[in-house]
Amino acid sequence: MALPNKPVGELKAVRDPEVVEKEVDILIVGGGMAACGTAFEMKKWAADKKILLVDKASLERSGAVAQGLSAINTYIGENSPDDYVRMVRNDLMGLVREDLIFDLGTHVDDSVHLFEEWGLPIWKKDEAGKTLDGKKGLKMGLLKAGAKPVRTGKWQIMINGESYKRIVAEAAKLALGDENILERVFIVELLMDKNEENRIAGAVGISVRENKVYIIKCNTMMVACGGAVNIYQPRSVGEGKGRAWYPVWNAGSTYYLCMRAGAELSMMENRFTPARFKDGYGPVGAWFLLFKAKTINGLGENYAGSDHAKAELQKYAPYGTAAITPTCLRNHLMLVELKEGRGPIIMDTVTALATIAATMDKKELKHLESEAWEDFLDMTCGQANLWCATNTEPEKKNSEVMPTEPYLLGSHSGCCGMWVSGPDYDWVPADYKWGDKGKIYNRMTTVKGLFTSGDGVGCSGHKFSSGSHAEGRMVAKSMARWVRDHAGYKPAIAQSAKELVDLAYKPVRTYLDHCAYTTAVDINPNYVKPAGMALRLMKATNEYGAGIATYYMTSEKSLEILFDLFGMLHEDLEKLAAGDLHELMRCWEIKHRLWTVEAHCRHIRFRKESRYPGFYYRADFPGQDDANWFKFTNSKYDTKTGQWECFKRDYHKIIPD
Amino acid sequence: MPSFVIQEKCDGCKGGDKTACMYICPNDLMVLDPAAMKAYNQEPDQCWECFSCVKICPTQAIEVRGYADFVPLGSSIVPMMGTEDVMWTCKFRNGVIKRFKFPIRTTPEGQANAYKDLKGKDLDSQLLSTEEADGKTLPKPKAFA
Ligand SMILES: Cc1cc2nc3c(=O)[nH]c(=O)nc-3n(C[C@H](O)[C@H](O)[C@H](O)COP(=O)(O)OP(=O)(O)OC[C@H]3O[C@@H](n4cnc5c(N)ncnc54)[C@H](O)[C@@H]3O)c2cc1C
Ligand code: SF4
Ligand code: SF4
Repeated sequence: MALPNKPVGELKAVRDPEVVEKEVDILIVGGGMAACGTAFEMKKWAADKKILLVDKASLERSGAVAQGLSAINTYIGENSPDDYVRMVRNDLMGLVREDLIFDLGTHVDDSVHLFEEWGLPIWKKDEAGKTLDGKKGLKMGLLKAGAKPVRTGKWQIMINGESYKRIVAEAAKLALGDENILERVFIVELLMDKNEENRIAGAVGISVRENKVYIIKCNTMMVACGGAVNIYQPRSVGEGKGRAWYPVWNAGSTYYLCMRAGAELSMMENRFTPARFKDGYGPVGAWFLLFKAKTINGLGENYAGSDHAKAELQKYAPYGTAAITPTCLRNHLMLVELKEGRGPIIMDTVTALATIAATMDKKELKHLESEAWEDFLDMTCGQANLWCATNTEPEKKNSEVMPTEPYLLGSHSGCCGMWVSGPDYDWVPADYKWGDKGKIYNRMTTVKGLFTSGDGVGCSGHKFSSGSHAEGRMVAKSMARWVRDHAGYKPAIAQSAKELVDLAYKPVRTYLDHCAYTTAVDINPNYVKPAGMALRLMKATNEYGAGIATYYMTSEKSLEILFDLFGMLHEDLEKLAAGDLHELMRCWEIKHRLWTVEAHCRHIRFRKESRYPGFYYRADFPGQDDANWFKFTNSKYDTKTGQWECFKRDYHKIIPD
Repeated sequence: MPSFVIQEKCDGCKGGDKTACMYICPNDLMVLDPAAMKAYNQEPDQCWECFSCVKICPTQAIEVRGYADFVPLGSSIVPMMGTEDVMWTCKFRNGVIKRFKFPIRTTPEGQANAYKDLKGKDLDSQLLSTEEADGKTLPKPKAFA
């Protein structure tokens, strides 16, 4: 009698899926903040064109903003875009694309004004300087009309953001039309034009709801699938693996898809390892900026203000000595304490709340408590539960803070991504702008017709939710121009539909061919399940690629071993097996992750200095080496030869100090 | 902190062609067992505890229990979605209960202004459609102004 041998999921995969072929003018891959911006803006410029948006999830809650946010981190308002560039440049240790950042800074507020019009509650200050949240904020008028937001720091504004993504997605869907949106389709590979060198022509994807493969041809495309998580072992490794800071569903598809099309990557060595509340990964921003809380070391000392810390920061002047310490260096100071045995690091919530409470009446105090909890409940619900489970009332009991495992992203406090063209302005250096047939297309990658935005754009961090949305809108306009200028184009791809199905469904066939051999579906010598591959990948990067295991330290020898392991991982990718549609997506995600983290480590290996202390360290090249490395480090995959090339590109300072 | 479905409360979304939890989960975790007509989380260790499924379930059948790795038992946080607010009940392990109400939006759902009638004019300028409509001029860096 056959033993029950059943894949995890409910939706079984079959050997031969249905093929759905589509041809559109404009393809939008992803449905997050950036893609929702593109969806909102697209028809204003290309109403008569065929447009399709494809998301692996449902727009309403897909991407990094699924559970909501408690702040909009980029709102220029009374500040200048020039100062915005200066802030980003200092935080990212000097090496950024100032054209991209300035350009973004001139558009971002327009998106914030739309969010408010659509119904996102933005906190305001009343005449007496008191906070008005929710609908009460509207009493002071709209931001667009000059009303004052509640700032936490110079660039952030506070919101009631539980439904942030739902609101933004609602406008995107209304603008684009449901009929032009395909949800639950995961794009696996991009397709190149067979006649024209280095030109995008389409994409292939799998449905996670039906046994269907989508082959979508297009004239132009934007890929905005967010950043990458679960490329390094997280701090919890059992059931708690899902508790990463970054949403576990963004698998580096942006980088994978673009790099495999031959697009140039930039600053892929840059990563983000935010310090967050330990285990729950709750945000610390409001605690520092709104409640003015301090972190102390295990000895109760305010270590960040010590002479020791000042000397440490001095090593990284001018960034370390600037008024605002860069994010990586704040981590670095924490790591110094931990490594020298003066941990753990504690967020002193008790003193902070007591200090504010001294100036408040009972009603205001109640509101303050509510604000502290809202910061978690609107954005990292699990942290609130962890506080409940450990009987932590922040006014009575302090919490621990800890740097997380590394993530790759280009829109938060990180800047890895694609090397893209800047805007068509005379002040933008000539080697920062390009396009086709003498025209410049803002945010186009080095592949013709292929655009990206949000987490996909390299060298331009600190866009956050609002900036990603605005950038998606900027790309909509670029794509509309592209389609107008390439009106006669007919996409032609080299692969047949059968070849593409064979590629997309290979893990299903591997599974069906071999699953009957053993009695337990997950253990079989002929294949490997994606869950196992994910663990193997994360163990390798954690131990050799500057993960938490080594306090973010690596060296040439470690990287040599890591690349050896990567080689075998690549070989075994060919033996991935999927019994159901969910698992098929997991197979493709692990492939996207492997290529992404490999690019990251390749860049770390190439850049022979430690540019971002606190994010990662090259033990063999400690410190910064401006003489040799004050350059962008780029790389490119040659799709024909399968070879990688790493090289430097010049940095231009556009905004003076 | 994986989501779980309370057997008694889940009605399989009354046999509709898609269940609410399956529709919403950004990580494709919720599935329906068609024989039992009950939903379950197919990969609990990939749950981001985003609460999207909890908030959307029409019968309040979904809750979340802390990750076995590091969360002591006995607490719960439960949201109730309204049209303008979300109400949270946070129960501590020691029995303390805190309730919070936060605004979620200032407009009725489904009526965001998508500017459907707005048509951009100059495709070659750098202005976004609403910026163009407002007559905005884009600044240059001060060093070049
Ligand atoms: C924990 C956290 C807290 C944050 N807090 C704040 C904050 O307080 N304030 C703020 O302003 N910003 C904040 N941010 C930043 C903000 O969320 C991001 O800048 C923004 O979401 C980036 O937009 P995006 O479109 O590039 O990516 P996302 O919004 O993440 O969207 C990615 C999209 O791609 C889809 N996708 C992925 N892979 C594929 C594929 N292969 N095929 C098809 N679709 C795919 C996903 O489903 C999703 O729709 C935070 C981010 C995180 C992670
Ligand atoms: S949304 Fe609720 S009722 Fe519907 S299937 Fe899911 S758990 Fe059951
Ligand atoms: S909590 Fe979020 S990630 Fe977990 S099952 Fe529900 S919707 Fe999915």
